[in-house]
Amino acid sequence: MFVGAVFFPLLGATLAGFFGRWLGDRLSMWVSVGCMVLAAICGVSAFVEVGLHSAPRTVTISEWISVGGLTVDWALRYDTLSAMMVGMVTFISTFIHLYSVGYMSHDETPPRFFAYLGLFTFAMLMLVTADNLVQLFFGWEGVGLASYLLIGYWYERESANRASMKAFIVNRVGDLFFMLGMALIFWTFGALTFGDIFARVEEMRGVTFAGMPALEVISVLLFLGACGKSAQLGLHTWLPDAMEGPTPVSALIHAATMVTAGVFLLARMSPIFEYAPNALTLVTIVGASTAFFAATIGCVQNDIKRIIAYSTCSQLGYMFFAIGVGAYQAAVFHLFTHAFFKALLFLSAGSVIHAMSDEQDIRKMGGIWTKIPITYAVMWIGSLALAGIPFFAGYYSKDMILESAFAAHTGAGMYAFVLGLIAAFLTAFYSWRLLILTFHGKPRADHHVMEHVHESPAVMLIPLLVLAVGALFTGAVFYDLFVGHHQAEFWNGSIFTAEHNHVLHHAHEVPEWVPLAPTVIAISGIVLAYLFYMFAPAIPARLAQTFPGLHRFLLNKWYFDELYDAIFVRPFRRLSQVFWKTGDATIIDGIPNGVAAITVDAARGVARFQTGRVANYAFTMIAGLVVFVSVIFLGFTR
Amino acid sequence: MNAAGFPLLSLLTFLPLAGVVAILCVRGDEATVASNARWTALWTSLIVFTLSLILWFSFDPRSADAQFVEQLAWLPEFGVNYHMGVDGISVLFVLLSTFLTPLCILASWEAVQTRVREYMIAFLVLETMMVGMFCALDLIIFYVFFEGVLIPMFLIIGVWGGQRRVYAAFKFFLYTLLGSVLMLLAILALWYNAGSTDIAALMQTPLPSSWQYWMFLAFFASFAVKVPMWPVHTWLPDAHVEAPTAGSVILAGVLLKMGGYGFLRFSIPLFPDASAFFAPLVFALSVVAVIYTSMIAFVQTDMKKLIAYSSVAHMGIVTIGLFTFNQQGISGALFTMLAHGVVSGALFLCVGVLYDRVHSREIARYGGVAKVMPAYALVFMLFTMASVALPGTANFPGEFLVITGAWRSSPWVALGAGTGMILGAAYMLWLYRRVVFSRITRDEVRGLLDLSPRELAIFAPLIVLTLWMGLYPSSFTHVWEASVAVLVERHEAALAVSRVAGL
Repeated sequence: MFVGAVFFPLLGATLAGFFGRWLGDRLSMWVSVGCMVLAAICGVSAFVEVGLHSAPRTVTISEWISVGGLTVDWALRYDTLSAMMVGMVTFISTFIHLYSVGYMSHDETPPRFFAYLGLFTFAMLMLVTADNLVQLFFGWEGVGLASYLLIGYWYERESANRASMKAFIVNRVGDLFFMLGMALIFWTFGALTFGDIFARVEEMRGVTFAGMPALEVISVLLFLGACGKSAQLGLHTWLPDAMEGPTPVSALIHAATMVTAGVFLLARMSPIFEYAPNALTLVTIVGASTAFFAATIGCVQNDIKRIIAYSTCSQLGYMFFAIGVGAYQAAVFHLFTHAFFKALLFLSAGSVIHAMSDEQDIRKMGGIWTKIPITYAVMWIGSLALAGIPFFAGYYSKDMILESAFAAHTGAGMYAFVLGLIAAFLTAFYSWRLLILTFHGKPRADHHVMEHVHESPAVMLIPLLVLAVGALFTGAVFYDLFVGHHQAEFWNGSIFTAEHNHVLHHAHEVPEWVPLAPTVIAISGIVLAYLFYMFAPAIPARLAQTFPGLHRFLLNKWYFDELYDAIFVRPFRRLSQVFWKTGDATIIDGIPNGVAAITVDAARGVARFQTGRVANYAFTMIAGLVVFVSVIFLGFTR
Repeated sequence: MNAAGFPLLSLLTFLPLAGVVAILCVRGDEATVASNARWTALWTSLIVFTLSLILWFSFDPRSADAQFVEQLAWLPEFGVNYHMGVDGISVLFVLLSTFLTPLCILASWEAVQTRVREYMIAFLVLETMMVGMFCALDLIIFYVFFEGVLIPMFLIIGVWGGQRRVYAAFKFFLYTLLGSVLMLLAILALWYNAGSTDIAALMQTPLPSSWQYWMFLAFFASFAVKVPMWPVHTWLPDAHVEAPTAGSVILAGVLLKMGGYGFLRFSIPLFPDASAFFAPLVFALSVVAVIYTSMIAFVQTDMKKLIAYSSVAHMGIVTIGLFTFNQQGISGALFTMLAHGVVSGALFLCVGVLYDRVHSREIARYGGVAKVMPAYALVFMLFTMASVALPGTANFPGEFLVITGAWRSSPWVALGAGTGMILGAAYMLWLYRRVVFSRITRDEVRGLLDLSPRELAIFAPLIVLTLWMGLYPSSFTHVWEASVAVLVERHEAALAVSRVAGL
């Protein structure tokens, strides 16, 4: 069961990838779906056994690396945290597989797509079940590879190729810090296995590295690693571009699973982070800034998938600042509910795109809600959950995060609380902007497209409905377990909170207006969106005209891409050319080539003396003799 | 006399020469000779490989001593003997050489059509030299093989190479020879001091520390060129570009390892003080190599040149690992060398596959290859990922261990080595994208055929090995663990002694 949950997806990927040619398109699709179903059964029952019946265990498969005290194994660690992730990943991935059967039915090479999906799921499962940092890194890079392949799935498109490369390379920047973090952990703790590390955190609190507490440095390095994968401010640029991949990919990778890896890593390393207060402050500030920053951009984008992508980025910011204030449980809870409603939103966006003949620009949609009522309904559910409207899934987790931020009673916590509230307002606003522009108003597409608008087939609708149920109820059902008063028994030590950390406890006892504020703010965001886009559509345009600078700034995503292009990409290319043409070709090669040329010249010069005339030779000999004698003479006299 | 019961190492070393004799004896018209030469070379190298597997199975990894030892008096009055043996450090390099040679011969099956007999002879002689060099336990013997490698390689580049082959061959030869001459002087000095050139004896004989520095620099000149380290690396791209595919494979796979092997076998154990003293210099040059050559690789327009520059960057990682003087670093360096031998060899073969079809190495002439050659695209993707050290593939354990080991010496060096991760991904994916992805725009690409069974047979063992090294590196690290541990121990002991003396 424990091994099956992780390896069935790999089996599916192998079958679809290598035998797809013989199995045929339809069969290989269903084979991979079948493997995912098996994995989901294993995964969910593993969650029930480990999470609900508190029976953690580690399954060792074999030794991996063992060099002079550095020993890591291939092993699956099932504690509550990883079992919960396994259950969630396999469950959602199964339905995304199912959805893809419909979505990719017109594609040229569906077996390839399913092989990539399976590979991705496998890597993600390796990541969450790792019992040491190196195996976690294996999964970490594995999801990087799979997302690279999936983003660039339509490899004939230049934009897809560019986006996939960008995703991989930006992620690698984060990975470098992860790698360095591992190195420091090894030299501090002498081990890379979680159990061994966590056992010795207490005694390492006094250890310093280059004058700073080693635990702080480790935490910052790991956090920088997490920033890459989880698209935090600065390393976020790849996520919106990643929307070049097919929509199920966006749902699986860029919403439900891969981008949450960073949050998972920080939750997993909570025993170290708990003793790194400065690093946690940094996490809070970066997380809160990301939540705000991505939400502002989401308000002005026009590509349906990009809007949702920025909302993902923003929600990840929430999770990070939750961790920053010490509410790991709340962060993981939001991760869990977010996986359901964000996958739902992406898949319903896919359903819209499918209906609109591959149109993604919401300015060219509108007036289609009667034609695709089920998609419309589930999109509402997803948006309500995202905005945190009471009793939908997002309400429980997002409120918990904001309350924790407030309850932290630190400067950084307040900063996060305020920005979180603003972001909540913006989230509601752009979600309803998207809903209204997409579904309501007059049709803005041409009549050919409008004639073709149709509801998706059942194979795509079933996953939507299942995820909608998740978006409705996961919050209410799991609230008590994840962040309620008995959370400690549920987590069973898989998330560590130090004695000084009572933030979750305090979060339950904040003033009454605090839990109410996000709801009020979200509703006002919705009202504003209705006002702007339903009743007075002239306002947004006028606003854009009145503040052209601000509008352009947001539309161009705070100019991050341009900035990086100017300070990294272009100088890099130019410098590379200089190194090649000047450094290698002129200077380094110039010297030996020059020496060779001088040798040849000198030889020619010497050859001129060989005239064959005895008198010349005699003269040369005498000259040489004179020099020789004078050297000896001078040498002796001194 | 040794574990195999017969002089196995000598047999491995000189059996290819028997193949040479057989090839020379063939008479007949050109086609017969060519076909005979191919088959004889293939069979000889396969037999050598099979025999070398004895090493894999009966080598005792618990011992750090030389095994399968053979010793014959050669010039006893000068203390020079024919002394062969392998320890944990060298045994896998012997296997790497015997493993790659048959693949190279297979890869040249159709690509080489002129002077086939001479070509095969050159390869077999090359194998003799490589195996002999890794087995030698006497400095003079080592030097003979070490230099001997140059001759067949020089011919392979200069005769069967591309358009600028003569320039490239001479550059290769002169660069490497210049370094070696200094090493020869140092060898004479060592002999003068110890009265023997036996490596074990040399290690017992203390060397005045003032000598150490000069000796180290002399050896360094030779090995640094071979590695190659920045800034003496420019012969490598030229040699690679002009060499035939199989030549590039051997060059990247084995010849580049001679430098790293030399450092580990001679420089570090014989001159511990000097090694420690010059380690910062080595780090600096290596970090420059990693960053500088990665950047140059990024702007290349020639596929082979790109991979050649990437080799220089990977070798930078190796030299960093070697001079960390800890087990992680040195093991990582050894692992990276082996992995690079397999992976970059495979990458050159990947380029060769396209070159055989289109006769161009210009990246711009390709694009959209995935459409017509899906199997090839998959293989190329695997080795691309292996080259950027994706965990689960061959390069990862090595690179990870080197970075971990380097952190001990200096976090900045680790950071420098780590930038290779980012830059490596940049240039390899950029290459892959331009060649394999995007839309087909050229007719010559549209008509390409996917991998032939012969090509699949070449790639299959490399694929297996790449994954094996990535997923279960222990089967390789165990082989040298004891040897490396002793090496590190001795190094630390030697440093401690000189520190006491310094007080």
